[in-house]
Amino acid sequence: MNVLDFARAFFSDGAHWHGYDGIPTRFTEHLTFSVEALLIAAAIGLPVGLLTGHYGRGGNVLALIATAGRALPSFGLLVLMFIWSGFGTLPVMIPLVVLAVPPILVTTYEAIRSVDPSPVDAARGMGMPETRVLFQVEVPVALPLVLSGLRTAAIQIVSTATIAAYVSLGGLGRYIIDGLYQKNYDKVVGGATLVAGLALATLVVFWALSRLTVSPGVRRSG
Amino acid sequence: MNGFFDLPSDLQHSYLGLVGLHLREALIPVLAGLIVSLPVAQLCVRFRWIYPPVLGITTVLYAIPSLAFFVVLIDYFGQSETTVMIPLALYSLVVLVPAIVDGVRSVPPETLAAAEAMGLGAVRRYFQVQLPIAVPAIIAGLRVATVSSISLVSVGMLIGNQGALGNMLYDAQTYHRPALAVNSVLTIAVLGILADAVLVLVRILLTPWMPRKGATR
Repeated sequence: MNVLDFARAFFSDGAHWHGYDGIPTRFTEHLTFSVEALLIAAAIGLPVGLLTGHYGRGGNVLALIATAGRALPSFGLLVLMFIWSGFGTLPVMIPLVVLAVPPILVTTYEAIRSVDPSPVDAARGMGMPETRVLFQVEVPVALPLVLSGLRTAAIQIVSTATIAAYVSLGGLGRYIIDGLYQKNYDKVVGGATLVAGLALATLVVFWALSRLTVSPGVRRSG
Repeated sequence: MNGFFDLPSDLQHSYLGLVGLHLREALIPVLAGLIVSLPVAQLCVRFRWIYPPVLGITTVLYAIPSLAFFVVLIDYFGQSETTVMIPLALYSLVVLVPAIVDGVRSVPPETLAAAEAMGLGAVRRYFQVQLPIAVPAIIAGLRVATVSSISLVSVGMLIGNQGALGNMLYDAQTYHRPALAVNSVLTIAVLGILADAVLVLVRILLTPWMPRKGATR
């Protein structure tokens, strides 16, 4: 028996395709949590990153936040929140958001700050107000990097939401955690396959997003 | 007996023992990643067409969640430290390879021409000119890789208590001692920040020609 056989056994078992522990249910749970966490993190990280990047201030503070965000073990935070506040969505949502904000924040800041100053000056010279300078000049040019920050955040969320099954969250991680406890290796490998598939799908979504939204001129020069 | 640093005996380690274990499990992969990414990055610099596919592969590997990676490797390496360290080493590549490639590419052509005019061969030029100039970029990559690795080791707890300091999280739950979880999270965070500081120090020592101020990132 190798990994492929385990995966085949898992996916060909009809019992895994319906009910509260079925693949569609678990998949939807995982996706819902991840999208919610990403939206909350983006709602915090994007505006702050855009503003600090535009005015070029607060770089040191952001670098500190970035290091602290990376250093905090998301899994540890997850378990700690769970012990402190018990079952529920909130103890899971907090670590996911805490984990996802730093990459979004820091990449957005860096992206906006590293925009070539000459078009920005030209825009100001043409009499554009600051909001238009930001949204019509800086954001379009910085978009590839901003998206890469969001992509990193999304991937980390998907991956940490997997671990969150340990603290009783649903989602695809359930198969891995339950499978490990039940010594049901089919389930473990099946879950791992699904999670990896979801992570790769996330990559593809962001790739498509950047294809659609990044202006061709920016893409060529980048 | 229940002081902040007293650990339940089932962890089979003292507090400092776990710290040592944690550092070993986190740092060996980064070291391995560095050893692999140096030649890979050099290939990417030499043959430009290799770089995009290499970036693609490392990005895809990085996307695979650690837990999924661990459980698939259990089949080959059991519930062991190796199983935890292999994914961590692979994750470090996604940061290290681009950092080294950018660093080596940022060496000005005049410098390379000067090295060649002084009679340096390709090997000496690489070790004595390109690599030293790339040190700040490489260290920047190492900082990200090291800190992430230190934080990720704790997930190893889920596969047969291979998570070093992360194993305290399990005990925190079973014995209802939240202080253990606080200890685990704080210790891991402090280790990460200390490792980061050590790497900054290493960069300052390795690049005495860099200005002290304004070089920080």
